[in-house]
Amino acid sequence: MSKKKEKEIESVSDGSRAITKVHTSDVVIMVIITILCLTCVLPFLHLFAKSISSNSMVMAKKVFFWPKQVTFDAYTSIFRDGAMVYSMVYSAIVTVVFTLLGMIACTCAAYPLSKKRLHGRYAFSFILMFPMYFSAGLIPTYLLYKDLHMLDTVWVLILPLIYSPYNMLIMKTYFQANLPDSLEESAKLDGASDFQILFRIALPLSKPIIATLSLFYAVGRWNSYADNKYYIQADTLKMIQYRLSQMVSSATEAQTTTLSEAAAVTSTPEVLQAAAIMFVTIPIICIYPFLQKYFVKGAMVGAVKG
Amino acid sequence: MGKNKKEAEAQSTLPNENRRTFAKDLKRDWQLYLLLVIPIVLVIVFNYASYPGLRMVFYDYKPARGWNGSKFVGLKIIQKVFHDRKFLGSLSTTLIFNLLDLALGFPMPIILALMLNELRVRWFKKVSQTILYLPHFLSWVIVGSVAYAMFRPNTGLVNMMLMNAGLIDSGIPFLTEKWHWAVAYLLIYVWQTMGWGTIIYLAAITSINGELYEAAMIDGANRWQRMTNITLPGIRGTVVTMLIMNLGKIMGSNFERLDSLQNTQVRDFSYQLAIYIYEKGLQGAKFSEATVVGLFQSVIGLIMVIIADRVAKKLGEEGLL
Repeated sequence: MSKKKEKEIESVSDGSRAITKVHTSDVVIMVIITILCLTCVLPFLHLFAKSISSNSMVMAKKVFFWPKQVTFDAYTSIFRDGAMVYSMVYSAIVTVVFTLLGMIACTCAAYPLSKKRLHGRYAFSFILMFPMYFSAGLIPTYLLYKDLHMLDTVWVLILPLIYSPYNMLIMKTYFQANLPDSLEESAKLDGASDFQILFRIALPLSKPIIATLSLFYAVGRWNSYADNKYYIQADTLKMIQYRLSQMVSSATEAQTTTLSEAAAVTSTPEVLQAAAIMFVTIPIICIYPFLQKYFVKGAMVGAVKG
Repeated sequence: MGKNKKEAEAQSTLPNENRRTFAKDLKRDWQLYLLLVIPIVLVIVFNYASYPGLRMVFYDYKPARGWNGSKFVGLKIIQKVFHDRKFLGSLSTTLIFNLLDLALGFPMPIILALMLNELRVRWFKKVSQTILYLPHFLSWVIVGSVAYAMFRPNTGLVNMMLMNAGLIDSGIPFLTEKWHWAVAYLLIYVWQTMGWGTIIYLAAITSINGELYEAAMIDGANRWQRMTNITLPGIRGTVVTMLIMNLGKIMGSNFERLDSLQNTQVRDFSYQLAIYIYEKGLQGAKFSEATVVGLFQSVIGLIMVIIADRVAKKLGEEGLL
C-alpha cells in the first residue's frame, strides 16, 4: 500500500503529465524496457561468470549468469602473458596523445571560424569541412601514408585523424552560442589579444564542451581498429581492440589461444576468450557511468547540426 | 567618354580596396589566421593530398612498379569493374542491407523514446537510459565477440538456454548460416544503436509545450491519443531530418561491423563494399579496381548528402550543410 502511494506522489511531482494511477500500460512499457535492458546486461554477466568459472563447469555448460567453482586462472594467464597488458597500456597512451592533439587541432579550427568578422570565413569553412563529405577512399589514402612514410608507425594511428570536421562543427556551434560578442569586445578594449581571449576567457568558459569532445575523441580512438588492420604490420604497434579481434576471430567454436607459452595457460579457450573480452570491456564499463552525462550533452549539441 | 573612363577607374579600384581591407583584416586578426594554419595544414596533408591518387582509376596501377611503371588505360578499369559480377553482387548486397538497416534501425529509437518518455518512475527511467546507451560505446570487436559468445551453435548462451529448456535438440547456427546471420547482423545493429538514437528524440519531446498535454487531458484524451496527436507531430521535424540524414548514408559500408561479424559460411551476405575494397585492394593488390569502387562510393555519398540537404531545406527543416 505505502509503496503504491509513494509512486503516486512521485508521479505527481513529475509535473505536467500527472496521472495518479499506475495503469496496465505503465506496466507493459516497463516490462518491455526491462527486457531491452536485460539484453544489454546479461551477455556481459554471462561472460563475466564464464571467465571466473572453472574449466569443467564451463565445459559441462553449467555456467549461465553465476560463476561456479570460482577461479581467476584465465585472468592470471592474461596478465602473465604480458602481450594483452602491453597492448592495453600502449592503447591508453596512444589514446591520450591522440585526444590531446585532437583537442588542439579542433580548437584551432573552431575558434577562428566561430568569429563572424573573420575575412574568408566561408572559404576556410569549406576547405575544412569538405573532407567530411568526400574521401578519396582506402587505396589513395594508403598510398599517401606510404609516401609520407607513416605506414607501420604509431603516427598513422594518431596524426591523420586528429582534425575531425564533425567535432570541429560541434565546438564551433558551442562557441557561437555561448560566447557573446560583447565579452570579446570588452576584453579587446582592455587590450587583450586574440590569443589571450582564447586562453583566458573562451576556453575556461567552454569546459563542458572540452570534456565532451575529449571523450568523443578518446572513445573513437579506443574503439576503432580498422586502421590497425589497414596500415600496421608490427604486432607491437597494434592496439588492444585489434588484439582482441585476433584472439576471438574463430567463428564457430572457441579454438584460439594466442597467448605465449610463458603464460602457462591452463584455461580452456572458451574461458580464456571470455576473460579476454571482459579484460577489454571492464575499463569501459567502469568509467562509462561517470562520463555518460557528458556524452549526452555532446550528442545534443551535435544534433543541432550534422 | 570621360564618364566611362571614370567608371572604369572606379571599378578598377574596387578589387584594390578589397585587397586593402583584407590586408587590414589580416593585420587585425593575424592570431586567428595563425591558429587556422594548423588544421588547414592537417587537412591538406592528410585529406587533400590523397585526392590526386584518385587518377588511379584511369591507370592499370601496379603497386610494385609505382606510377611510372603503370600504364594509362583510360576507362578500361572502370568498365571492367562495372562488369565485375563480384562488385555488382557486393553493391546490391550493400544496398539491400542498408535499406533493411533503415527499415529496422530507424523506427526503433523513435518507439523507444516514446516509451521512455512515458515512464513516470524517475529512477527507473534514469537507470534504463544509462544501460541502453551502453552498447553505443562498445567497439565492433567487443560487440562481435560478445555476439559469438551468445550465438555459437554449441557453447553460445542462447543455444545453451534453448537446449536446457528442451526447445531444440541441436544448436541453431545463428551466425554461421547466411539467413540466420542476416537477421542477427541486422538485429545486432538495432540493439547497438537503439538506445543512443533516443537522445535526439527525447530532446525534441522535451521542447513540446506542456500545456498541450494538459489541455488534451482536460478534454479526456487518453495516453495513446496524446502520444499520436501531440508527441508524434511534435517531433515530426526531427524525424524527417534524421530520416533524410540516414538516407544520405545509403551507399555506406562499415568495415568494422562486417569484419567482426563475418565468417566463411556467410560470405554471400557479408561480402559488401567495404570488404570488397579491402580484399581487392590491400589483400589482392588490385589497387585500381578498389579505387574505382571507393570513388564510386564517395561520389554517390556526396550526391546523396547534397540532395538530402536540399530536401531538408525544402521541407522547412534546418539543412545539413
